[in-house]
Amino acid sequence: MPAVREAGKDACGTGGRKGSHRREKRSTKIMIAEPRHDKPALEIHDLTVSYHKKPVLWGIDLAVEEGQLVGVIGPNGAGKSTLIKSIMGLLPLSSGWVKAYGEPIEKQRGLVGYVPQRETVDWEFPVTAFDVVLMGRYGHVGWLRRPSADDKRIARECMDKVGVGSLAGRQISNLSGGQQQRVFLARALAMESRIYLMDEPFAGVDAATESAIIALLKELRSEGKTCLVVHHDLQTAAEYFDSMILLNMHLVAHGPTSDVFTPELLQRTYGGRLTILADAAEAVAVARRGRKL
Amino acid sequence: MIPGTGILADRVSSDATIFDQLATFFAFDHLTLVYGAIGAVLLGTSCGLLGCFVVLRRMSLLGDSIGHSVLPGICVAFLITHTKNTLAIFAGAVVAGVMVTGFISSVTRYSRIKPDTAIGLALSGFFGVGIVLLTRIQRMSFGDQSGLDKYMFGDAAAISLGDLRLMAAITVVVVIAVLLLFRQLMVTTFDETFAASIGTPVRLLQLILMTMLALAIVAALQAVGVVLVSAMLITPAATAYLLTNRLGRMLFLSALIGSASGFIGLLLSFVLNRIPTGPCMVLTASAFFTLAFLFSPTHGVVQRTLRRTRRKRRVQRENLLKAVFGLLDERPVDTPLSISSVAASGGETQGYVRAVARSLARFGLARVDGDKLALTPDGTARAAQIVRNHRLWELYLTQEASIAPDHVHRDAEEIEHILGEELVRRLEDMLDHPAQDPHGSKIPRPGGSVLLQEGA
Repeated sequence: MPAVREAGKDACGTGGRKGSHRREKRSTKIMIAEPRHDKPALEIHDLTVSYHKKPVLWGIDLAVEEGQLVGVIGPNGAGKSTLIKSIMGLLPLSSGWVKAYGEPIEKQRGLVGYVPQRETVDWEFPVTAFDVVLMGRYGHVGWLRRPSADDKRIARECMDKVGVGSLAGRQISNLSGGQQQRVFLARALAMESRIYLMDEPFAGVDAATESAIIALLKELRSEGKTCLVVHHDLQTAAEYFDSMILLNMHLVAHGPTSDVFTPELLQRTYGGRLTILADAAEAVAVARRGRKL
Repeated sequence: MIPGTGILADRVSSDATIFDQLATFFAFDHLTLVYGAIGAVLLGTSCGLLGCFVVLRRMSLLGDSIGHSVLPGICVAFLITHTKNTLAIFAGAVVAGVMVTGFISSVTRYSRIKPDTAIGLALSGFFGVGIVLLTRIQRMSFGDQSGLDKYMFGDAAAISLGDLRLMAAITVVVVIAVLLLFRQLMVTTFDETFAASIGTPVRLLQLILMTMLALAIVAALQAVGVVLVSAMLITPAATAYLLTNRLGRMLFLSALIGSASGFIGLLLSFVLNRIPTGPCMVLTASAFFTLAFLFSPTHGVVQRTLRRTRRKRRVQRENLLKAVFGLLDERPVDTPLSISSVAASGGETQGYVRAVARSLARFGLARVDGDKLALTPDGTARAAQIVRNHRLWELYLTQEASIAPDHVHRDAEEIEHILGEELVRRLEDMLDHPAQDPHGSKIPRPGGSVLLQEGA
């Protein structure tokens, strides 16, 4: 396992001593308990989540070690995005809990950086690419304070790192799909998190962006960060990820890619045998909503 | 019943010329006018600021339904107190606003009805109740002097000192809240899930925003009226949205346009006898929007059309350059050709070729002398660039993208006008400075200093 880095150390790898010291002083605002490295980066126990009363995830148990590049694989409607959102504590859980480094996730928000799907936002919104990346620093900036010169420097460095530094002043609708995705990645980098949750970062991007994202993921791993990446392209999945979570409403398998990326397990994830689970979920939803079948 | 007709001008003077009225207006020695003007600017500011978030969050219809639905609240408050007490009316309006918001969200949540329909239901239902109550009140013994009808279309002259104080308080709260919560409001409006993931209390912010929205609407009611109040939220914000790409500037512009619309609307209502203030303010705001829609430097229809036309003209010029360059073949580049022969070879009319040739002459790319057309050195260089771009691109598509040589021409026809210096250099490097295109034609080598950025 790579050497464990200090909390609050610059995600962009360029933070001087002075910078990180100053940020630590201000960091009373962010909710971070000191990471306990004897615990898994992520631990999920008996996680069950429902959307509009319809169960979408049933009893998930998972433990992800630090420094892993994990692919989250499964068919449409398997609950991949739901898993990501519930790990961040954004959804009410029907049961179970999520811990990061041994602490409940609600106390660890600063440790988790999120890259949403690109289509979930309105790219006509009146902000520049730099404004969006700077949002990654908001968790570090107090409510009534303004982002400091340090925050802006970090945002700029993170943009350079993913190759969109020259686009800082562009309104975000004037960016290509790949550039928009990189802006989202830069925003997550600017958070200086230890765990990154990415929802379909490879969807609809050009080849250059795809290889830039891969290079970035490998670099994050070498820095001891943990990345969970929702991915739908089975062609590339085996090549990109150290380990995989095969998901279809329940956990089909989780383990090193060589162990779980097998025809049998993929068949169980994508094959027809699990449709009963989906039908059962539908029946539960109908019953809970009080409708007639 | 024509509501809202007891208007400002009547109270100050009747039967005067427009100039007299203008003079009276700007003298500001009537207290109602001063109150009206201050109120108009205040409501323009608060509605303008909040309107930006309404527009960006796509809640425009919700604003409209809150506006309409406060009418029954006002009527009930009047029925209870029998006076037009500022605070009672305000409370009634706020309660109705909360009820309509609750109605919409519960109908959406507990049935299959979608939000737009729920909003439509709430808007018409509440407004209907409001009209019934209003008509009843006006038939009652104490009702005819109630002045409640002013709430339909607005009357800035009805703004009392108490109303003004309330409006000022609400505007101050809105301005301070938007300034302090600017970043939080921005990140939640742009990307709510991300905002929640960094610990922003998105529900609380939404509640704050909705509360301020209800307050701003109620504060604006007196001057604008329930029917049109949502326009003061939406129109200035939509106008500002067309003028800038930064949220901060959008907020500032929207507040400015809102205030200006309020003030000018008040002036119009005063000068044009018997027109209620609400419609005047909304018309002014709509006029601002129309101007921005047509003439905004970045998003305006006129600018965009102009840019498209300019680009089209440039392509026409460059195509003519290319045609002449091709016709010259091995002859000296400044050999004059007849316009009729160029037209005949390209299948164009002579009139068209002559017009484009004149345009070339204006840019110094060609000389036109009667029926003769000759390229200048600049024109020759540009023509060579276009031909080079075309052939380079064809070569790139066939070699690197494995597209058949007979499939690449149309694509190259478009790209030849767009390729910049940098891309051309990269193409040349990648293709190892080729001499021939896939059809065997020579790729010209224009000199280094001739890249003309005319009319780009």
